[in-house]
Amino acid sequence: MHNIHIYILIMAIVTYLIRALPLTLIHKEINNQFIKSFLYYIPYVTLAAMVFPAILYCTGNTVTAIVGFITALFLSYKEQSLTIVALCACISVYLAELVIG
Amino acid sequence: MKDGIPICVGYFAVSLTFGIQCGIGGLSIFEAIMISITNLTSAGQFGGLNLIVARASYFEMLFTQLILNIRYVLMSTSLSQKIEKETSLFQRLIVSHGITDEIFGISMLQKGKLSPYYSYGAMSVAIPGWTIGTLVGISLGNILPLNLLNALSIAIYGMFLAVIIPPAKKNKKILLVVILSMMLSGLFEILPILNQISSGFKIIIVTIIVASWAAYKFPIKEEDNA
Repeated sequence: MHNIHIYILIMAIVTYLIRALPLTLIHKEINNQFIKSFLYYIPYVTLAAMVFPAILYCTGNTVTAIVGFITALFLSYKEQSLTIVALCACISVYLAELVIG
Repeated sequence: MKDGIPICVGYFAVSLTFGIQCGIGGLSIFEAIMISITNLTSAGQFGGLNLIVARASYFEMLFTQLILNIRYVLMSTSLSQKIEKETSLFQRLIVSHGITDEIFGISMLQKGKLSPYYSYGAMSVAIPGWTIGTLVGISLGNILPLNLLNALSIAIYGMFLAVIIPPAKKNKKILLVVILSMMLSGLFEILPILNQISSGFKIIIVTIIVASWAAYKFPIKEEDNA
């Protein structure tokens, strides 16, 4: 059986330890270049893989999702803030839904 | 604290979506808020919620959280160099909870060493924004019309794109990494056998493959690490 409180406990403990251990334990600088580079690229890979292709299914309609995807791509390319990009992507999907009906 | 206000607004919008998703996934208000207070992270919470709804194994949850949040190791490591040397263990333990992409971002922009009180200020506005957004989201989720919910579900992906696209625009290596990651992730979706793998493990596999390849092919120099 899967208990939701155990899930939440695992999430909380893992997330906290990841944040706390380096800050409390590391007092020297990491010098291994491969590890530094690997850590450096991780956020880009993880976020990119989470966005695509999942973004195409998230609205329940591929056409409205593509409209939102393109809007978000365009605005982030224009270096708009996270809030603006997120809000405008939502609005564009909403409008696309109204047009398609 | 002043620097934390735009973060608070952004957090409210995203955690609103998280709250709504929790409602769709069948979580109680208490459970949703417990996740937001204890985790305080977007990607990890959305990923974790998917696993809860899918009734994934505890091991898969542990490993996914590790991978989705592993970037905090890098941030926490950077902060260990930036924080005032005399900061006590107890204060470091509190600052740790506030390591998010955004709070880390504004912390590193401070001149000179970082005082733990700067982090406390940012956390004191960002955490309520995150928590209240979750509360409002799960409370209102079931009275909002479906097309509005569909539209809001794209918010988190919009934020992710806003994080990765600007650096990709300036740095060709990051751009290549982003495109490769999306292509590989897309391949996992369409190829037989591979599309049986759960989304949590897919992210882990793609991350290890692409980040190792990039680290081997384009090792970063000191000035890239800013």
